[in-house]
Amino acid sequence: MKIVEVKNIVKTFDKTTAVDDVSFEVEQGEIFGLIGPDGAGKTTLFRMLTTLLKPVKGNAKVLGLDVVKNYKQIRKKVGYMPGRFSLYQDLSVEENLKFFATIFGTTVEENYNLIKDIYILLEPFKKRKAGKLSGGMKQKLALCCALIHKPDVLFLDEPTTGVDPVSRNEFWDMLRKLKEQGITILVSTPYMDEASLCDRVALMQKGKTLSIDTPDNIIRQFKKSLFAIHSENQYELFQTLMKYEHRNTVFPFGEFLHYTDKRENISEDEIKNYLETLNLKGLKIKSVKPNIEDCFMALMEEK
Amino acid sequence: MPHEIKEISEISDFRGINDMKRFIGFLIKEFYHIFRDFRTLLILFGMPVAQILLFGFAITNEIKDVKIAILDESKDNVTREISDKLLSSGYFLLYDNLQSVKDIEPEFRKGIIKEVIIFEPNFSDNLFKTGSANIQLIADASEPNLANMIVAYTTSIITNYRSEITKSEDVLPSINTEIKMRFNPNLKSVFMFVPGLMAVILLLVSALMTSISITKEKEMGTMEVLLVSPLKPFQIIIGKVIPYLLLAFVNAFVILGLAQFIFGVPIVGNTILLVLESALFVIVALSLGILISTISNNQQTAMMISLGGLMLPTIILSGYIFPIENMPIVLQIISNAVPARWFIAIVKGIMLKGSSFGYIMKETFVLIGMAVFFIFLSIIKFKTRLE
Amino acid sequence: MENENIIYAENLTKKFGSFVAVNSISFSVKKGEIYGFLGANGAGKTTAIRMLCGLSTPSSGKATVAGFDVYKQTENIKKNIGYMSQKFSLYEDLTVKENITFYGGIYGLSDKEIKEKTEYLLDILKIGDAKDKLIKSLPLGWKQKLAFSVAVIHNPKIVFLDEPTGGVDPLTRRQFWNMIYEEASRGITVFVTTHYMDEAEYCNRVSIMSDGIIAALDTPSKLKEKYNANTMHEVFVKIAR
Repeated sequence: MKIVEVKNIVKTFDKTTAVDDVSFEVEQGEIFGLIGPDGAGKTTLFRMLTTLLKPVKGNAKVLGLDVVKNYKQIRKKVGYMPGRFSLYQDLSVEENLKFFATIFGTTVEENYNLIKDIYILLEPFKKRKAGKLSGGMKQKLALCCALIHKPDVLFLDEPTTGVDPVSRNEFWDMLRKLKEQGITILVSTPYMDEASLCDRVALMQKGKTLSIDTPDNIIRQFKKSLFAIHSENQYELFQTLMKYEHRNTVFPFGEFLHYTDKRENISEDEIKNYLETLNLKGLKIKSVKPNIEDCFMALMEEK
Repeated sequence: MPHEIKEISEISDFRGINDMKRFIGFLIKEFYHIFRDFRTLLILFGMPVAQILLFGFAITNEIKDVKIAILDESKDNVTREISDKLLSSGYFLLYDNLQSVKDIEPEFRKGIIKEVIIFEPNFSDNLFKTGSANIQLIADASEPNLANMIVAYTTSIITNYRSEITKSEDVLPSINTEIKMRFNPNLKSVFMFVPGLMAVILLLVSALMTSISITKEKEMGTMEVLLVSPLKPFQIIIGKVIPYLLLAFVNAFVILGLAQFIFGVPIVGNTILLVLESALFVIVALSLGILISTISNNQQTAMMISLGGLMLPTIILSGYIFPIENMPIVLQIISNAVPARWFIAIVKGIMLKGSSFGYIMKETFVLIGMAVFFIFLSIIKFKTRLE
Repeated sequence: MENENIIYAENLTKKFGSFVAVNSISFSVKKGEIYGFLGANGAGKTTAIRMLCGLSTPSSGKATVAGFDVYKQTENIKKNIGYMSQKFSLYEDLTVKENITFYGGIYGLSDKEIKEKTEYLLDILKIGDAKDKLIKSLPLGWKQKLAFSVAVIHNPKIVFLDEPTGGVDPLTRRQFWNMIYEEASRGITVFVTTHYMDEAEYCNRVSIMSDGIIAALDTPSKLKEKYNANTMHEVFVKIAR
């Protein structure tokens, strides 16, 4: 059974189209990522799948149940963690967890093994009010609360936004462990680098999907040769390349610029030779494999 | 057939103990919220106490040593006795004895006296021969409330005197007697404020707090999680309502207790009836609170609507402070839509007049109608989704 | 004076009761530098920035910003800095033009200057058509670019950017950094926090805060060398863990 089936779903608010004809399927046990910036329609899509919003057109099924007709049954079976960590700030860590267990008709003890690894990190602070936790800890507690009723499928809306890279790494480790326990996970994120941690991803921009595939396949579809170029003065290098007649795209990427050329089969020597004539110091150039962010920008430019 | 088993387990789950556990879990959480927000709690319980003490002691609205002038065109025994009664009451001080009607206007202009009492010529003769004599009361109405009060006090003293001297036919002084005063013979103003105060406090606790508590969940995003849970919308609503129902009752008892033990306001009528009527009013207020929460997305809006849309009419249009009879006809009509108007009438009826259910039936049915209407409206309006 | 320290902090400390949010940090930022101020959530970044902007008085230590003392001369500091954060920067219910006029006004620009600036910004950001639109109707990327332009409308000596690119799409994020580079080349010092580690590489120097102290401070390349890492992401993970 497909865990999630989305067919040509559309959602509009007044005049703006938040989700525009999106279709995808998620298999049992997958980590499926919705990758895109703010305003891409990720939250709206999640709210439709968690039965909080009704689609205008198209339909969607979660665990084989229709999100409009069978919303009551869906609500018993899914775990949902909204964008802002929806915890009760004035309740303690353990009270929050207990509350969510109770309203889902279970107890913390019953499914403790599922959250054990995560909750152990929170245990020292279990008497602390949720409002007094750091971002990373709130995120972990919110995950525990969404998991406590052992849902068949987990919807995590931007769980890592605004969280530092270390906490983000820890969070993804937890998701992988949950996947091993057979829980299907849909997760959205604005951080492109997190795409590689998903089994499959949908790249989203302005309500539409740019591409839906495994991260590797998306990268394979990147047609141009990509070069990473570095010099002592990156800003000067950037402006030089922007003026280069054969330039296709040039984007800063950490300490390098990622560069594509309009010509086919271009070698790095050719570009290097050109740049050397302009007296740029400390030039380094290498052919590199594109990452999801390169692909995302290329797809954005195409549209 | 695993599917069928699931169906059965769902049904048993629906009727079973799980549903109750969920609900109780929700209720416990609500009480945590209330007791952890210490400041709000302090306001909720401090306010009725503070208000009743304020009304009772500080702004008693009672009058004392008000300077008056008397124009006695009769100068007989009866007018002298009435004047003595008035001046010995402690409420009034004689500033001047006027000689002619012409003196009245300049006397008021000075701004010292608040009232002039005019006895018609041959007052005593008229009273005993025709059974009717006229006293004219002219009050400085630049402070309308005070003027009302002074006139009412004067009237009351005169009426007392009248009942002392006449056993048979009544003398009818040509002045309006405030109806309410009849049931508040000692002219204790705190009596008047208790019913109004109850209405305001119960409304505040029930409507304002409920609407804020529901919209807070929306604002914090926790409503999303609650909706995507097996908790049913009516469980959420009832769970939100019960704590405030209890709080409202505690408050009602505090007000009644203070009124009775500190100011000696009696509960002449049936206490159980009073409690039941209060419960009815609280239900109206709670359903209004839920209604407000369904149309506002944040606490601020909820608070503005509750204060502007509920509190203001309750204070101004309910007869709490300003008598409804004295309002322009348009406002009188509008006041019919204010639940507190009916509740105050009920409370006054039971507490001060000792009315039985028969006398307050109309008001009760109006409140029941309102409760049904608002509950119906909020159930229609309550969203099981975010749109 | 080209190399003057526009921000200078020595043993700067902030305590909240017994909790030490910022524990004796010392660093300096040179004029025209792009300084990345990184750290895990709760490491003390926000507290440190508040002290530097004159919004919070330090518990102890010394600091000057644009030559002014953070204890006594906070009013002067505020005149010489610009500030922009992801959470708040522009009024959502005012139009583009009204926002520019408002911020120009509170920083004491003349009507003529405001008019010139408005035209210049609408032109350079290519949002002339949207000048009478409410901010809330604009895409996030536009908002953030405009917010940055408004934060430097009064030519401050320093601009503080608190996670300016959170949630912004990758193309706009890069355009945003181009704007940062342009302002820096005009001599404005940029003090920026971010959770995107590739952006850390765009900075001239970065410091990484952990538990209230500055655990590392250097150029990105030297940091990578020192921690034997290929990217700033690896450096960050090694330090913050």
